[in-house]
Amino acid sequence: MIAVLDYGGGNVGSVLKAIEYLGLSAERVDQPAALRAAEKIIFPGQGHFGAMMKGLAERAMLAPLREAFAGGKPFLGICLGLQALYESSEEAPGVAGLGILPGCVTRFQGVFKVPHVGWSQLVLRPDTKLFHGVADGSFVYYCHSYYGPVTPEACAVTEYGQTFAAGIEMKKIWAVQFHPEKSGEVGLKVLKNFLNL
Amino acid sequence: MVLCPLSLAPRTSVVQLGTKDEGQRTNLFAKRIIPCLDCKDGRVVKGIHFVNLRDAGDPGDLAEMYNREGADELVMLDISASREGRATLMETVRQVARCLFIPLTVGGGVRVLEDARRLLSAGADKVAVNTAAVETPEVIRVIAENYGRQAIVVAIDARRLRNSAGPSRPVAQGPLSGRFDRLRAGSAALPTENQPPHWEVVTYGGTKPTGLDALEWARRVEELGAGEILLTSMDADGTQTGFDCELTATVARTLHIPVIASGGAGSPEHIAEVFQRGCADAALAASIFHYETHTIRSLKQFLRTQGVSVRI
Repeated sequence: MIAVLDYGGGNVGSVLKAIEYLGLSAERVDQPAALRAAEKIIFPGQGHFGAMMKGLAERAMLAPLREAFAGGKPFLGICLGLQALYESSEEAPGVAGLGILPGCVTRFQGVFKVPHVGWSQLVLRPDTKLFHGVADGSFVYYCHSYYGPVTPEACAVTEYGQTFAAGIEMKKIWAVQFHPEKSGEVGLKVLKNFLNL
Repeated sequence: MVLCPLSLAPRTSVVQLGTKDEGQRTNLFAKRIIPCLDCKDGRVVKGIHFVNLRDAGDPGDLAEMYNREGADELVMLDISASREGRATLMETVRQVARCLFIPLTVGGGVRVLEDARRLLSAGADKVAVNTAAVETPEVIRVIAENYGRQAIVVAIDARRLRNSAGPSRPVAQGPLSGRFDRLRAGSAALPTENQPPHWEVVTYGGTKPTGLDALEWARRVEELGAGEILLTSMDADGTQTGFDCELTATVARTLHIPVIASGGAGSPEHIAEVFQRGCADAALAASIFHYETHTIRSLKQFLRTQGVSVRI
């Protein structure tokens, strides 16, 4: 079973719809037991970093997520679901993230228009599993005010004033800052790649 | 030419993960092309100055075509919603959202949080609020707090002030309200040929003047939590004679949120102009696409030759 994690704030519906369109099925999951039973986890985030971490804690999802990371269960974070992997975020000072990646999620500085809403290009590391068959320079849809710093785990970056992590690949943990469920054919390809892993 | 504040000047990305040739652009942020479906009773319609509507097709069919052609987003506005039931709209949203994997904004008759909730759960990614935002500005904050700023687009319909300076475009001769006279009588009022132009916010599909200055209102809605502004020139809307680029630039250069320019698109040149001179982040158009005068693909190819960054 593919679990689409519902912490009470993400755009679970459009991710489920995209998976269905690709001919697979997934379930909306808001219980720790169901998350533990899942073969793969998709974590679409949206809204506020603090509210997300609170939502995960209240639903007792933090422990099953850590078990999934430790046990090598395929995981795909989307948007705020990528930011959750870092240690913290400027959006919610004092709130700990999942801490899989070092560093703090930062607000865009020095660009006139924030949030970054719209289509930007990906710079891809060659031979990544997640972006297999996706052309370097492809446009994807973003909607965010905060970004994750580029670490060695970044398999894709985008530049919008700053260069930030657009994609993460770290053993069985993947994440994207853009919205694959809203990025047309390219986005569907990325989702399909994850589902076929 | 006036420079737009967020020109992320094309240059080589500082991080080269790929195997690109030196100097190849990889950091472009695209200007968005957004077809608009004005819906009434489950059909797409189009009129001039929001009246004289004619049928332009089935929303599902049009959405699918635009998706295939490379539209960057889709906007659906239920233009009858303020006066009629919304059951048809919900069904249309569900139908359109089913096979659409680009962002979908739905507006028309959104007055309270519950309206936004229903549209978002039917498959919309963003809701557009217009008349209700003017009457109850708090609704912007409430929707933003519940669903995030990205989920709320505030639609502003603006009409150029009659005596205000501006281009040679014929200006609408609609009756102006008493509230508007009050605005004029204020210290900043009585615009003359030498003063910068002003625009007034109108509501109820352009039928009701509000006395609000469009730029001031745009600033206010940004503060309240709007994620984007959908800015329609009521003078240009439906005329296909070009955008009011001055209006768009005035708002886009002041606000820190994206501005979607709307009203007046009649040719690819108009759209290039609203990006370059009008500083718009996105352009909305209906007639130019519905009747297949121009395809989105050919429009984007043209824009690229004009140096406008687009997703093809």
